[in-house]
Amino acid sequence: MTQGRARRGSVRRLPAFAFPAVLALLVLVVPLVGLIVRAPWGDLGAELAAPEVRQALVLSITTSLWATALAILFGVPLAWVLARLEFRGRALLRALIVLPMVLPPVVGGVALLLAFGRRGLIGQWLDQAFGITLPFTTTAVVIAELFVAMPFLIIAVEAALRSSERGYEEAAATLGAGRWLVFRRVTLPLIAPSLGAGAALCWARALGEFGATITFAGNLPGTTQTMPLAVYLALQSRPEGAIVLSLVLLAVSLGVLVLLRDRWFAAA
Amino acid sequence: MRKDFVRRVPVILAVLLIAAACTGQPAEGGGETDDAQREVIVLAAASLTEVFQSLEEPFGATRSDVSLQFSFESSSTLVTQVQQGIEADVIATADEVTMGELESGGLLAGPPQVFALNELVIIVEPGNPRNVQGLPDLADPELKVVLAAEEVPAGAYAREALGSAGVEVEPVSLEEDVKAVVSKVSLGEADAGIAYVTDAQAAGSAVSTVPIPEEHNVVARYPIAVLNDAPNDNHAQAFVELVLSEEGRQALSESGFGLP
Repeated sequence: MTQGRARRGSVRRLPAFAFPAVLALLVLVVPLVGLIVRAPWGDLGAELAAPEVRQALVLSITTSLWATALAILFGVPLAWVLARLEFRGRALLRALIVLPMVLPPVVGGVALLLAFGRRGLIGQWLDQAFGITLPFTTTAVVIAELFVAMPFLIIAVEAALRSSERGYEEAAATLGAGRWLVFRRVTLPLIAPSLGAGAALCWARALGEFGATITFAGNLPGTTQTMPLAVYLALQSRPEGAIVLSLVLLAVSLGVLVLLRDRWFAAA
Repeated sequence: MRKDFVRRVPVILAVLLIAAACTGQPAEGGGETDDAQREVIVLAAASLTEVFQSLEEPFGATRSDVSLQFSFESSSTLVTQVQQGIEADVIATADEVTMGELESGGLLAGPPQVFALNELVIIVEPGNPRNVQGLPDLADPELKVVLAAEEVPAGAYAREALGSAGVEVEPVSLEEDVKAVVSKVSLGEADAGIAYVTDAQAAGSAVSTVPIPEEHNVVARYPIAVLNDAPNDNHAQAFVELVLSEEGRQALSESGFGLP
């Protein structure tokens, strides 16, 4: 009886799910098709050869990789604290960490200005004590990307830490391994696939970052003008150029995500 | 029973979605008989934000069934949107070049009319702490200067003015529109910028201004026109007439615009 119902259920579930699934796919893919169909393929070479495009692409890739590296360096320990330590206010802390994901990036940019700007909470002190001002610098681009993208990594790693088997860590500890050794040789390999996925998501989000960057870091070719900013400004005067730039960004992200998939997710 | 329902949720949602999509279309297309609230969609340059919003009340006073819907962007963005087929009734840009693209593309219902003039001004932090006296001072490498990007009219005008004064500026940022230039200066992130007189006036005490002499200044001419495919062309025409009327001229002049 139970078996029969289960079988009937699985047969009937298929068409019911297929329709919304196709709709979801259309929503995601049709805009990309629009981009590809309208792309001026003939001008592709000329657009790509333009020095501003190369400049923006190089800046985008370096800043997003920096942001991802920093997110791993600081985000993994924070994820570990969230997953392994019991303390009051943990739920609140987790909510705070996720907040940048739902905050409109432009608001994030304003918040960054109010904190790290020349007149900002920490920024004015940085300026007075060290003569450092962050807005309009490449560092500001990395900070904006880190602010927006790090939550993706923390969430992924925290989930992996919570669900990973604690037995291995305890076994290693009873065998005399220190905390750092356990983390390095047991915990890290266990969460590696999730860390990879989280880092890839974080990187992709950093690469596409627009609102916080243009608000906090400004827009200057070679210094703060990343690909999304270049696309936005190109759209104002020559939409064809903007389409080509978008395609470049798409191709680069797709390429890297596929590469990462092979290297990191294969183990999963 | 409950399981059956849960199983059908996606199907029901999909059907509702399609039904919504189908009923949506006729309402947009044939507007004659439906007596629902009508919207006149006005695309306008970012620098017109305050003055056009102030015209909302006099426009609504005589037409209770019509409401104005504004979209404020840089003129070049608006032109791109129209070229890509956005549904709108009226467009007002901050220069004649961008409007000219629409006219030559046959996208306007009639010739555009210039309704306002604007000039550039140097904006600095309140009280002018860096003692900026004119365009040549902007060349100081110690001074953090922001300009609008070359792609938007305000940025092109600023470059024209700097060029005519023979001043070479190395800006720290090329902002996406003129409002962003004002906000970077009013937040204290930049020391100086170039914006329209009207934007400086709208910012109030958040910035101080330094005039640009007549011989180097650029006069921006703002044209307005009804779009070819305007779904509500009668009401669209009425809005254009309001902007050109004595009442419209007064509102423009109060916001700091010059009049043609």
